[in-house]
Formats: sequence, C-alpha cells, structure tokens
Amino acid sequence: MLKELKPALLLLLALTVLTGLLYPLLVTGLAQGLLPIQANGSLIEQNGKTVGSSLIGQPFSDPKYFWSRPSSTSPQPYNAASSSGSNLGPTNPALADALKARIATLKTADQGNREPIPVDLVTASASGLDPEISPAAAEYQVARIALVRGLEVATLRELVARYTQGRQLGVLGEARINVLELNLALDRQEKR
Amino acid sequence: MTANGYLQLVLYLIVLLGLAGPLGLYMARVYRGEVLAWLRPLENNLFRLCGIQADEDMHWTRYAYAMLAFNLLGFLAVYGLQRLQVWLPLNPDGMGPITPDSAFNTAVSFITNSNWQDYGGETTMSYLTQMLGLSVQNFLSAASGMATLVALMRGFSRREASSVGNFWVDMVRSTLYILLPLSLILSLLLVSQGVVQTFSAHATAQLLQPVEYEVVKHGLDGRPLQDVKGQPVMVKVATRVQAIAVGPVASQIAIKQLGSNGGGFFNVNSAHPFENPTPLSNFLEMLAILLIPAALCFTFGSLVGDPRQGHALLAAMTLIFIGLLAVCVWAEQSGNPLFDRLGLATQASSLQAGGNMEGKETRFGIVNSALWATATTAASNGSVNAMHDSFTPLGGLVPMWLMQLGEVVYGGVGSGLYGMIIFALVGVFIAGLMIGRTPEYLGKKIGAFEMKMAAVAILMPPLLALVGTAFAVVLDAGRAGIANPGAHGFSEILYAYSSAGNNNGSAFAGLSANTPFYNASLGLVMLLARYWLAIPVLAIAGSLAAKKIVPASNGTLPTHTPLFVFLLIATVIVVGALTFLPALALGPVVEQLQLLGLK
Repeated sequence: MLKELKPALLLLLALTVLTGLLYPLLVTGLAQGLLPIQANGSLIEQNGKTVGSSLIGQPFSDPKYFWSRPSSTSPQPYNAASSSGSNLGPTNPALADALKARIATLKTADQGNREPIPVDLVTASASGLDPEISPAAAEYQVARIALVRGLEVATLRELVARYTQGRQLGVLGEARINVLELNLALDRQEKR
Repeated sequence: MTANGYLQLVLYLIVLLGLAGPLGLYMARVYRGEVLAWLRPLENNLFRLCGIQADEDMHWTRYAYAMLAFNLLGFLAVYGLQRLQVWLPLNPDGMGPITPDSAFNTAVSFITNSNWQDYGGETTMSYLTQMLGLSVQNFLSAASGMATLVALMRGFSRREASSVGNFWVDMVRSTLYILLPLSLILSLLLVSQGVVQTFSAHATAQLLQPVEYEVVKHGLDGRPLQDVKGQPVMVKVATRVQAIAVGPVASQIAIKQLGSNGGGFFNVNSAHPFENPTPLSNFLEMLAILLIPAALCFTFGSLVGDPRQGHALLAAMTLIFIGLLAVCVWAEQSGNPLFDRLGLATQASSLQAGGNMEGKETRFGIVNSALWATATTAASNGSVNAMHDSFTPLGGLVPMWLMQLGEVVYGGVGSGLYGMIIFALVGVFIAGLMIGRTPEYLGKKIGAFEMKMAAVAILMPPLLALVGTAFAVVLDAGRAGIANPGAHGFSEILYAYSSAGNNNGSAFAGLSANTPFYNASLGLVMLLARYWLAIPVLAIAGSLAAKKIVPASNGTLPTHTPLFVFLLIATVIVVGALTFLPALALGPVVEQLQLLGLK
C-alpha cells in the first residue's frame, strides 16, 4: 500500500503549484490589469491623499457628520486590520446596555428629535466595517446635521437622495447610503 | 416581509435550479471521461509526471487508502506552512508562527472540508499560507469529496465488478475541469464588484474624523498595569489613521464558496466588505454555495442511467430547504422584542431592512442574511455573511439543526449527496421492513453489510456532536470559552460541536475556541466526522459494485415517486429530530421562551 504515497506526494505538489500559485497569480494578473481600482481596495483619493475606501466604513461622532453604524472591532471602532462583530446573543443583558447607551448618545446630540430610531443605526454590524446605513437611518440624522451646519433640510435631503443606492439591478439586497462618501460630499459643499 | 423579500428568495431558487441541471450533466460527462479533447495532453502529462496509471481501476480499499494518504500529506503541508510562515516569502505584514494546537486544528479543518476557523485571517495568516495551504486544500478537500461520491455512483452502475474507479483520475478531473474553471470565472466576477486581489501589504487611509479610544496601559516591563482593585489601567489615545487589510482575496473566496469550504480570508468571513462588497457579489457567492451540491444530483441521475432518481433526491433536499428557510427569515424579520421595547423602528420597508439587525450588514439586510445562513448550513459550507451568534433563538436554531440533520440538504460537494444516498438506503430499508420485501435501491439488493455501514455513517456525526458538547459543558476548559450567559452559552457549545461533527465550519463566533482544549477536541471531531463517513461510504460502493443488478418487478419500491420523496424527508427529519430534540430544548428553545418573556 506504500506505493500510493508516491503519486499522492507528486500529485499534491503538482496541484499545489496549479491551484495555490498559478491560479491566484493568473487572477491577480487579470484583476490588476482589467480592474485595478477594485482589486486594490476601491480606495478614495483626495488632494493626493488616501482618505479611505468606499467599501470600508469610518467612525463618526461629531454631530456635523452622518454617523455610521456601531462597530465592535477592537481596540478602536472600524479597525480595518481586524474585523469583528459583537457576537452578543439576543438575550444578553450586555446587548440591552449597549443599545440603551447608543440611544442616549443619539438623543443627546439631537434633542428635538422625537422620531423612532431606525434599528440599524444602533445595532453593531457583522463586520464592524459596514460602510453603509439605511435611507431611514440617514433621514433620522438630517435634522441634526442641518441645524449644526446651518443648511436647509431640503438641500440636505437632496444630497442624501443623490448618494442613496437602490437595490442592485432593482432587486438585490437593500437600499443604502455610503456614509464616508456622503460626509466627504458634505464637507465639499461647505467649502463652496 | 416585503414583496421584494419574497422576490429575492424565489429568484435565488430559480437561478440555482436552472444552472444546476446543465452543470450536473457537464459533470457527468467529465466523470465518464468525455473531456475536451484539447485538454487531454495536459491531463496525460500530469498523470505521467506523477506516476499515475490512469487506466488502473482500484478496489474500494485501495481507493480509500489513496484518499487517506493524499489528505494526510495535505495535512502535513498546511501544518508546516503555518508553523514556518514567518521564515517564508509573501508575508508583507509580518505574521508570526501559529501555535501548534491552532495549526493542528486549522490543518484538520481544511483537509476535512470543514473550514472551522479558530483564527482571524487578516491578523494571523501570511498570504503564502492562505494561498499554498488553505486555498489549495479548498480545492483538494472538495475534490476528495467529489471523488468519493463518484466511487459510490459507480457502485450502483457497475455490475459484478471488483473496483470502483481510480482515485487519482477522479481527483484530477474534479479539480481541472470543474472546480478550477468555475473558480476562475467567479473570482473575476467578484473582483468586478470590489473584492480585492493584490499581494501588497495593508493600505493606509487618513480618517475624516480622528477616532479616540482606550487601550490598556503597559508598564516599563511591558506588562499591563493594574489599579488597586486589580482592574487594568486604561489610557486614552487618538488616531487619524486607518490600516486596511487587503490580500489575494478573490481567488480564495471563489473556491471557498464553490467547494463548500467556507474558510474566509478575513475574520468575519463574507460579512467583510472586501470579501463580499455588494448585493450582487452576495447573490453570486450564495449561488456558489449550493450550485455544485445541487448539480451533483443531476450528475447522479445521469451516471446511474435514470435521471428521475436524481430529481427525487433533489426534490427532497429542496423541500426541506424551503421549509427551514421560511422559519429563519420569519424569525429574523420578527426580530428581538427588546428592540421594540426600546422604541426602535423595526418595520421592514423600502427605506430599511428592520428586524434583528444586530450582527448584520446594511447591504444584505434580513432576507439575504437569513438566506445565506440557511444555505451555508444546508450545504456544509460554513461561510457567513452575518453573525449567527446574534441571531434570534429560532433564527439560530435553523442553521444549527440543518447541520445536525447530517449536512444532506444539498450538503457539501460530494459529501452531501453521498450522505443523502445513505439516508435513501435507510429509507428503502425501512420501507422494505414495512412491506415485507428485500430492500433494493437502483436494482441493487441492500444487505446486512450495507445497512451496518449506513448505520455507522448516520450515527457517527450525532454521537460526536452530542458527546463533544457534553464534555465541553462539564469541563472548566470548555465552559471558559462561553461568551454569552444562560441558555445561549450552551447553544454556543452545541453549535460548535454540531459544526465540527458535520464538517460545516460555521460558528456562534462568540465562543473563544482558540484554546488547546477546543483546538484538540474539535480537531478530533472533524477528523472522525469526515473519514468515519467517507470510509463506510466507499465500503458500500465496493460491496454494491460486486453485486448483480436485479431487474425491477411488481414488488420493487419505486424510488423516484413523490411517495419516496416523502419517505426520504421523513427519514432525515425523524433521525435528526429524535437525536437532537433534548439538546435543542436546553439551548435555543429555552432562550426563545425567555425572549418571549421580555415582551
């Protein structure tokens, strides 16, 4: 039976070269040649600096920005070198405490707002890097940002609408808004 | 749930079943040896290079030995790469060596097609380990499963034969003509959506708003400082910089989905935006989870010469899948009563997904997270796009129970269908007892030897899952890993051993499983679950191949009718329900009652 060891070893080596080296190298070559922006992380450049990736969220706590979803990465939120969800179970008291604290923070920053908070704005994402919020979560924050920035609510809604992505191909997934891109646009609008 | 939610689910099933037929028939041609003529020289050179006699047929014992030898060498390669990666090339972020217990667990996990992950990819594994170790086994463990299935199919189609085929040939053809081309297409589609594919080290970005956070303060000796109460001293720091992990991701994710592997490049698997950036990438990756397992039903029908036999198995799988999918989507969309009590808006609409969004991504919402969770555990894939640990109790029960059913609802590539065929043998045996005739399946008489082997194959996974859970909950080392209190903590452990005991690999990820206890015990469970099934299956293949084909008569139980589909579903459900009901009652069922009490 030992005679099976020779083909086993040689085939493992051959298939390792094929599937572990040639295949990823071919994909890398094609991806870098045909789709370099996506293949390198969809990075956003502004004034010659990398200000983020359109696929990776950033943390916001300043009332003048739209806030992203809560992130459970450590040590800091939105640590894109170490993705993680909260893994809190539905009956864990720590989940209730975390939600209460986030609700209080949102309400403190936006005292006139009596609307119910959309659930995605106070629950931690799976990756801890979710770049997006729901249109409902953006709408909830519009009044606060309009007040802080001294902008018309209608102007802000228009900007949010421009940055809202519908379901892909009209069917797939959920409607959503990229928070970093929206905030970058907000800052550009201010400068004008 | 919104109308769009139903539309997405129906669309998924239609595309899946629509593609499974043509692919299944193509695979049947591959295994019959009718491959493209211009690829012949490549194949022949590979065989010559490796000293393989392609026309040599193997007895089932030799076939099993070849598989074991091949997988053992694969284990050594993955183990070695992890231990030595610090001295090897393609390690731009300077990852250190993996501990022996973790390296053992991961190597076992990847050769057995489980892809349980006790590590976070972007913080531990070098690019070389991910490619040469993990990616390679993604291909080869899947191809091993397919080869075992093909041997079983030959057991049915051959008459009075002493052999079940050539393992090396089945292995090479599965890889070259099925897994590799599909992976190449899928990986490029994924890159177009934003999945990264680069050998550069992590990217660095300037944050728009600096972030403040707390870290543990270290003394001059490098040890964490503690205050008088023994609590660690925290110190505030701020940073403007975001380090963004990248890597050769797309090539690995494609085969991870297609080969029912499930081991992610990043810690959070396909919830990571670089692994699964858009709803379309999500749709393609979900399709890839079930595509080959569903298509193999058509391959089976074609190779045993009766397509209706494959359709019956596929129908049984699909019906169980739809039933459990409905429960999962409903539970997650109904959400957590706590959220309503806190006054949050949880109603689904075109403006938000609503429901239980803890541990889910905005772009996927509820429907696509629940669909993924059901598909990934129906197949033994185990990749995730949402955190199962944060699912509602009933929403989390669905993936757990799907694993406990033995990974036969589509199941892993190869392993799912051979598991389902074993259940079909048990089904015809039970029916045979009821009507007082010798059980037959596809013209082969099912005797005492086949039933003994089938019993071993069916009883092993529940035994491993339940005994493993029992040990972990009584030992301090097991309980130390629990993250959530109460019944949910028990669910975390039950989920872990159900996952390992059925080679799935998904987790209630709060459980701290990177400890010597969990690495050793889960590793052992994965080994037994894989080979204690595959070897009896090959034994059945060998025994059946040696038998005559009995022509069908009036007394033969037809195995392509709705009646048989019902019998098969009942066999799978009854075995799964009876075995696991007590354990499930202690975990998700208790927690669901507690959750209702919150209202």
